[in-house]
Amino acid sequence: MRFHYGEGDFCLDVPSLQVASGERVAVVGPSGSGKTTLLNLIAGIARPQSGDIVTASHKLADLDDGAVRNFRIERIGLVFQEFELLEYLDVLDNVLLPYRINSSLRLDATVRQRAVSLLQSVGIGDMLDRYPDQLSQGEKQRVAVCRALLVNPPLLLADEPTGNLDPANKGRVLDILLDYATANKATLVTVTHDSDLLSRFERVIDFRDFLGQPE
Amino acid sequence: MNGILYMAWRYLAYNRWKTSILVGSIMLIIYLPVGLNVVVEQSGQHLNARAEATPLLVGARGSPLELTLNSLYFSLDTPELTTFSEATSITGSGLAEAVPMYVRFHSRSQPIVGTSFEYFAFRELTLASGRMPALLGETVLGASAAEALGVGVGDAVVSSPETAFDLAGIYPLKMNVVGVLAPNFTSDDNAIFVDVKTTWIIEGLGHGHQDLADSAASSAVLNRTEDNIVANASIVQFNEITEDNIDSFHFHGNLDGYPLTGVIAVPKDEKSGVILMGRYLDSEANNQIVRPRDVVTELLDTILTIQQFIVAAVFIVAVATIATAALVFLLSLRLRRREIDTIGKIGGGRWHVASMLLAEIVIVLVLGGALAAGLTALTWRYGSAIIESVVMA
Repeated sequence: MRFHYGEGDFCLDVPSLQVASGERVAVVGPSGSGKTTLLNLIAGIARPQSGDIVTASHKLADLDDGAVRNFRIERIGLVFQEFELLEYLDVLDNVLLPYRINSSLRLDATVRQRAVSLLQSVGIGDMLDRYPDQLSQGEKQRVAVCRALLVNPPLLLADEPTGNLDPANKGRVLDILLDYATANKATLVTVTHDSDLLSRFERVIDFRDFLGQPE
Repeated sequence: MNGILYMAWRYLAYNRWKTSILVGSIMLIIYLPVGLNVVVEQSGQHLNARAEATPLLVGARGSPLELTLNSLYFSLDTPELTTFSEATSITGSGLAEAVPMYVRFHSRSQPIVGTSFEYFAFRELTLASGRMPALLGETVLGASAAEALGVGVGDAVVSSPETAFDLAGIYPLKMNVVGVLAPNFTSDDNAIFVDVKTTWIIEGLGHGHQDLADSAASSAVLNRTEDNIVANASIVQFNEITEDNIDSFHFHGNLDGYPLTGVIAVPKDEKSGVILMGRYLDSEANNQIVRPRDVVTELLDTILTIQQFIVAAVFIVAVATIATAALVFLLSLRLRRREIDTIGKIGGGRWHVASMLLAEIVIVLVLGGALAAGLTALTWRYGSAIIESVVMA
């Protein structure tokens, strides 16, 4: 698979990469090596110029944009380094966001209850009506993780989920992600710069191997 | 669809100040021309109805508009004064019935209208309670005036002094309320009606005081001759007309020379009206006769011209406001780029995001339009009262 942005120098060249179902993988590499781009490609947010990506048995190239969005929102949980919470939604509504923005998901009392349970399980069940600017960094990331887990996805893609957190919160957020993956036999692909955390993953992929030159 | 509306509403509610300013701007650019149109239309109907019902108006030469506004709508801008002899003369001519009007004083913000019995019949005013005034110092109130002053039959109202610190000015007169009129939704509702002689007493042209022949008043008498008594200021002047002192009230000189602000002339027929108008054609005459309908038509023409200028100005402001609102929206799109990207990454469709932004615009427009409609309804409901207060002022 080969991907590059427009006419820039960056080019991601991945001859072959396979992550098994239920596997917990850490992706490491220097800044600008394409780690985030890889997550975007797996999620169908970006499309490669050549090659194929098969995610959860779906060949993304065969799906149109709408189908990719539906596939992503139903099957993939995304966690970002900057949390990407919507400032105008309270904690509960931020977690319910996937159900508000895509009509393929149906919001009902069961989903709401699951959102509340998730928030309680990560220790912020008493902050449902708070807004992001009233939360600490660790609390924001826990909200973002709950949003990613709400649809019970078989695949979790986390882009430096502990990058903006203090040591205590790093461990806590990673625990949540790994516990979920273990309990649900979900696949976890986590981009990280934090070498202390690598021992907790089954496999580490080093991205320096995939940097190529644009054609 | 619910999700789209919910997200849009949450965004607007969170950014409540920005939303309020946008909604307020939309409301104003919708309401100003529409509300102005309602006010002008209602003022036209209001002014015209009263003017149509008043055939002719006689007053001292001066502003026909001031004369009309004072005699028909009880504006307290006093026109040049005519005299009671004008009313006597019109009645004596046999051409028309004359209704004297003296509208110069007020009690708080309600005008005191000095007139005669004929006025009530002419305006077809009926009593809601009590009786018509029969004696000096008695008053009958319009429905709104009674409500505004919080008084009814058996209570009293006091005329307001013209100037607070003028010792030689008009003193307050306490007047007994003997009746309250049924509302007729015109300026009459706000008025305090008294006999024209009572207004002359308010002015000090007629007065009542301690009997100078009484021995109790002897210390105040400075000089006494067969036909004249001069007393000092310690003589007790009455500021309320009662059964006990009403006989002491008197007027000096010939009543024909007493002031009026206007005389409503009700011709016996069309021909009498034309003849009566002819009598005032002399440019040297001290008095003028006007058709209130013509005066009001001219006034409304002026108002309509001003309205057109205002609407043109509002249109320019509206264009600028819409352009500014569009700019604010486009700039907020740039600021919200990251939010939009996040929604897209998680799985929100472009159509969904576009619908959400569109819903925000629609909600702002609907709220602005609803508020404008509400204000317009209020203007429609209370337009007459607004016009009344503007004319009175």
